[in-house]
Amino acid sequence: MSLSRRRQLLPYLLLAPGLLWLAIFFLIPALNQLNVSLWSGTPETGQSFDWNWSNYGEALSDYHQHIIRSLLYAAAATLLAFVIAFPLAYFIAFKASPRLKPLLLLLIILPFFTSYLVRTNAWQTILADDGWIVNSLQTVGVVGDDGRLLATATAVITGITYNFLPFMALPLYVSLEKIDKRLIEAATDLYAGRFTAFRKVTVPLALPGIFAGSLLTFIPAVGDFVNAELLGTPRQYMIGNVIQSKFLRVQDYPEAAALSFVLMALILVGVFAYTRVLGRERLTEAAL
Amino acid sequence: MTTASAEAARTPEVSTPATPPRFSARTWERIRTGGLALWSGLALLYLFLPIFIVVLFSFNDPKGRFNYTWEGFTLDHWKHPFAVEGLETAVANSIEIALISTAIALVLGTGMAMALVRYRFRGRGAVDLFTFLPLASPEVVLGAALLALFLTMNVATGFVTIVIAHVMFNVSYVVVTVKARLEGMDRHIEEAAMDLGATEWTTFRKITLPLIAPGLAAAGLLAFVLSLDDFVITNFNAGETQTFPLFIWGAARQGVPPQVNVVATALLLVALALMALNLLVQRRRAAAAPAT
Repeated sequence: MSLSRRRQLLPYLLLAPGLLWLAIFFLIPALNQLNVSLWSGTPETGQSFDWNWSNYGEALSDYHQHIIRSLLYAAAATLLAFVIAFPLAYFIAFKASPRLKPLLLLLIILPFFTSYLVRTNAWQTILADDGWIVNSLQTVGVVGDDGRLLATATAVITGITYNFLPFMALPLYVSLEKIDKRLIEAATDLYAGRFTAFRKVTVPLALPGIFAGSLLTFIPAVGDFVNAELLGTPRQYMIGNVIQSKFLRVQDYPEAAALSFVLMALILVGVFAYTRVLGRERLTEAAL
Repeated sequence: MTTASAEAARTPEVSTPATPPRFSARTWERIRTGGLALWSGLALLYLFLPIFIVVLFSFNDPKGRFNYTWEGFTLDHWKHPFAVEGLETAVANSIEIALISTAIALVLGTGMAMALVRYRFRGRGAVDLFTFLPLASPEVVLGAALLALFLTMNVATGFVTIVIAHVMFNVSYVVVTVKARLEGMDRHIEEAAMDLGATEWTTFRKITLPLIAPGLAAAGLLAFVLSLDDFVITNFNAGETQTFPLFIWGAARQGVPPQVNVVATALLLVALALMALNLLVQRRRAAAAPAT
């Protein structure tokens, strides 16, 4: 009796410390943030909670450009990361020899063992005005003679794509690696062309990886402010820059909290919509 | 109709097995593989370009404050990596915070993973989802929310609040990593131990722990690296305390000193050594497996 009671209690005892930590330092802060986002007043005169929904209205009207820019940059970076990472993941999963595979995977992860800020700082050097990339692009005329890469949207998107690339590449690799190669052989045996087999067998089976990879890339990308700060100018600032400066410099907590919630809401809506679209696509794929 | 057209399309290939069409198919295959290899090479080049720059510029001898253009080779920064004021404290803080937060997150996260994989209980799905949420939130939101809590509670931010924040996001990573390891484990060995009279605790210590050790090592390494490198959440909750990423952020405006490149390169070398060791242990284990 006492043993079975202990057995019943055990999972809760194992869970309790971690769950408590997450409740106090993740859940409560989130609820508190909701509370703060409805404060009114200024730091000078004192702030208090009074259902001040206008913080949200102000946040949206003042910073809708930053919000749209964040979504655009994050979408562009996610797409670029996919274009770069998919062939790479495909090559490792289908073409690389078993001995080469772990080495190639290691090579994908290795750059990310240097500090995030150090890497982004290195991009400053690479994209600098008198750097060899800008010089060679000027020579071939892609960039004008007084044109630059640093301090442009291109630089910010390049940095974001770079910094979150492994989050795209690894889930893609995992889902491609799992595919039973005989399924593709079966498709070609049944007279599917290479491309058709790829489109109808490989891609649908890799969808979970595509889904996970794009979310894992998009979410940190949309909230990022480091790349915009180090590689861009205030004209490239994203919603993260606004939240960061409102919290740490201006100390306008209510509006910053409101912006955080808008960002979270956008992400949740995006995830939901994405699930619906991908879910439906998989359904149509199965129906065909 | 469709069968007929498929038949028609296939006919030449069947009737002339070893002639141009098949040869050209093989050539196409080669071009495809070559293209993929080329693209993969370029992608890896993109991944390593900034790393080359970081390593290269740790040997640079900049004349001014900015370490952006190559001005000559020197070993000075490698000989005196902590010649810049504040860098040594920042790096020491970072390593200390990473060690403490990894240890706490490993204990808390392993407990949660055990409960989630080994037991069926009420609210299991909800706990699973809840643990995943911090991973699905942008860091700027997590950091800002935690700071707002500390502000409303009148908690002074500093070393302790950084550790608290790092444990918060690392618990989720540990749970995910250790869960994956536990799920792939044969339960029967644990059951056999308990059938033979071992208590839960003994079973955990003697059976489960050794079996999930590689998962724990991976989770620990991941948590350590994430803590060491975290900037965004730390930036919100650091107060006056400096960490390595915060030091770089502060220096970015006036020019990052080459000593930062030295420290970054050294950390990369340590990571490389650890990964090589891990690969070696795995190879040895794999080689030993058929024998046992």
